[in-house]
Amino acid sequence: MKYQQYFCERDPQAFPIWQKAVVGIAGAGGLGSNIAMMLARAGIGKLIISDFDVVSISNLNRQAFNLDQVGFPKVEALEQNIHRINPYIELEMHDLRLDEDNTPQIYHSVDIMIEALDTASAKAMLIESFGKHFPKTELICASGLAGYGNSEEIRIVRCGNLFMVGDQHSQLVPGIAPISTRVMIVAAMQANLALERIVWKNS
Amino acid sequence: MEKQLTINGHSKPWKEGMTVQDALHLMNYTFKMLVVKVNGELVVRKDYATTVIPEGADVMVIHLISGG
Repeated sequence: MKYQQYFCERDPQAFPIWQKAVVGIAGAGGLGSNIAMMLARAGIGKLIISDFDVVSISNLNRQAFNLDQVGFPKVEALEQNIHRINPYIELEMHDLRLDEDNTPQIYHSVDIMIEALDTASAKAMLIESFGKHFPKTELICASGLAGYGNSEEIRIVRCGNLFMVGDQHSQLVPGIAPISTRVMIVAAMQANLALERIVWKNS
Repeated sequence: MEKQLTINGHSKPWKEGMTVQDALHLMNYTFKMLVVKVNGELVVRKDYATTVIPEGADVMVIHLISGG
């Protein structure tokens, strides 16, 4: 397989822009793993991805991992899975928990940033870190994705360089689980918005 | 006419010296994790009580829900 074969049918306007783009993804769980797979298929040039967790059985209902990857670090498993689909994308994987100190070091070179973290406090840390260090970088976050159904409640709210995707109210309370369909709607909307913003900024 | 500010698109009465914390209280926003922007500028959590909102400001409050 040649590079040209893989990419020859892509959008002649957008594709060269996506090929030059560096996208940061914080977290490689339900959102992050699916976002990474979609952006790799679309033809983004480089992804910088971080996650501290390992693949567990309970992840497989919604995350882009396989049974034989249970127990492996998520960033390692995701790198394998992405490269099995698109061997041409450049991946920079970090097996660590993001904090105030390492976030600006890892993500200083991104054209656009996607927040795909689990806890509200981690999301707040990332938003504050980007607000402080990279206020001009667009940040696409997620809030409110638990459960199933109610697709039409999921929307994008914009405030300056911050975009928030989700319904902003569905919480992970006992009995309400993250389900593949709704997680993937949010993931796809984040990835789709990233593709759109990258083209918008470069044209 | 009464002085105003806008919070998530709603016009609300503005008072001299009003802080972000006062605005959250006014809106009954008791959720622990929020993103607050005043005229597009991010206000971090530790500054809610000391950040004064100017008259006519556009305040945006987004709820941060766990899950990802």
